[in-house]
Amino acid sequence: MTDPISKRVTELKPSGIRKFFDIVNEMKDAISLGVGEPDFDTPWHIRDEGIYSLEKGRTFYTSNSGLKELRSEISKYVDSSQGIKYDPDKEVLITVGGSEAIDLACRALLDPGDEVIVPEPSYVSYIPCAVMAGGKPVVINLKEKNEFRLQPEELIAAITPKTKLLVLPYPNNPTGAILEEEDLRKLTDIIIKNDIYVISDEIYSELSYKERHVSIISLPGMKERTVYINGFSKAYAMTGWRLGYACAPSNICSQMTKLHQFCIMCAPTTSQYAAIEALRHGAGDVAEMREAYNERRRFLMHEFREMGLKCFEPYGAFYVFPCISEYGMSSEEFCTELLKKKKVALVPGTAFGECGEGFVRISYAYSIDNLKTALNRIREFLEELKNPK
Amino acid sequence: MDKNESRIRILKAIEHEARVDISELAVRLGMEQTEILNEMNEMEKEGIICGYLTLVDWDKTDEQTVTALIEVRCTPQRGQGFDVVAERIYKFAEVNSVYLISGGFDLLITIEGRTLKEISRFVTEKLSAQEAVLSCATHFILRRYKDHGTILAKKYEDERQLISP
Repeated sequence: MTDPISKRVTELKPSGIRKFFDIVNEMKDAISLGVGEPDFDTPWHIRDEGIYSLEKGRTFYTSNSGLKELRSEISKYVDSSQGIKYDPDKEVLITVGGSEAIDLACRALLDPGDEVIVPEPSYVSYIPCAVMAGGKPVVINLKEKNEFRLQPEELIAAITPKTKLLVLPYPNNPTGAILEEEDLRKLTDIIIKNDIYVISDEIYSELSYKERHVSIISLPGMKERTVYINGFSKAYAMTGWRLGYACAPSNICSQMTKLHQFCIMCAPTTSQYAAIEALRHGAGDVAEMREAYNERRRFLMHEFREMGLKCFEPYGAFYVFPCISEYGMSSEEFCTELLKKKKVALVPGTAFGECGEGFVRISYAYSIDNLKTALNRIREFLEELKNPK
Repeated sequence: MDKNESRIRILKAIEHEARVDISELAVRLGMEQTEILNEMNEMEKEGIICGYLTLVDWDKTDEQTVTALIEVRCTPQRGQGFDVVAERIYKFAEVNSVYLISGGFDLLITIEGRTLKEISRFVTEKLSAQEAVLSCATHFILRRYKDHGTILAKKYEDERQLISP
């Protein structure tokens, strides 16, 4: 019998996180700091709207691009947060999570052989999406000494005549790094001069703990060449609702909508109704959750300093990315040992790119009590490593 | 951060976590420990912080307690409104809280006793006997689902996958 699987899929590397997931799942009593989603439940008033829409029998398809009301709310939100106006009829597309939007953007923008610059460490799906769209990923290994912020000279070095697209994953999973307006300004000149397009994945935009998050779309000349991706998962603790969106110039958005129409039809209707409520009345919830995350972030950074675990201070998302290279183990060995000896699950930095070697991702989407228990175990683990019996 | 803002942040934090370790709180809020202690002292003196309470679910103990909400209609007094009658009521030790409210009645009282009998004795002998009190409606609390912003009925369980990207 011939191999049923396509070569392209066979050659696609499986996600590095999968392997570790299987190990952790064997250990039922482990404490995990390995989760990439909020610990809060979706605020009740938002859930209630979802339930109400079901009660009212709103179980139909919506238009391909999503409910008009929701697209209008999204357009208002982007305008009020970034001062950029998108036409809700032509420039906004509701997707199944930010993930779908990433996939669509890659497929809409890439021709075979086009190069896609992906800064790493970063979320696991950019490269597979680029590859499946026929693109050729070009990885930039970000440096801890730059707080994992993309540097202009790093970008310049990665650009070739074939470069079509840059993925900008900030605030960043897994490092928690952010890009500030200053950083963005230095990048936009290069982007425009080289006629590159940008996929800006800003799913963590509401979880920024320094100044207010600034999007690259708000800088001159960038709206025209950017696919802005955001969603409800992180800001409103709505991961399971699977709802995100893309805003892009109409020529790009219409092509993404075409693809979306053929493979998805429309994003889940219940989630769309809930999301309208989130945007209209959820700002207070977001602020409250952001403050809670920020408290935990400060707490973790303080505890790391106390136990001598090196970590740059991250200002975004809900991750910290401490450096463990001094303990003479690879990230994966470190995580496996920690899991075996102390039953704490972290994610090896290498799950997010080779340059994540020497780092581990710790999520603080957990209660302070939970964090304390886990940190105590990590402290014991580090002490035993430093002073072996 | 101005004084007002830091005060609000402290209050919001300790309102639900009265027993939080102050050095830990300082780290979490990004403030100095002495600043928090000073502000708390000042706010205690100014009567902004009126006490530090413990939220108890008595139903889970062997102790017998009964709580009732009582709606009271009463006649306001010339020049003093409801203040005098409210004071006469809140001075009873068994009275937990007294609120002046809008709507169909005037005062809402919560009262705690050991038995039904104790509460009914209070209502008939003490409360109704007040000259200004016109009528009372007593509601006994049967079950406490949520109190002071805390859900008592159910414990939070983390059902997320252990690892996700």
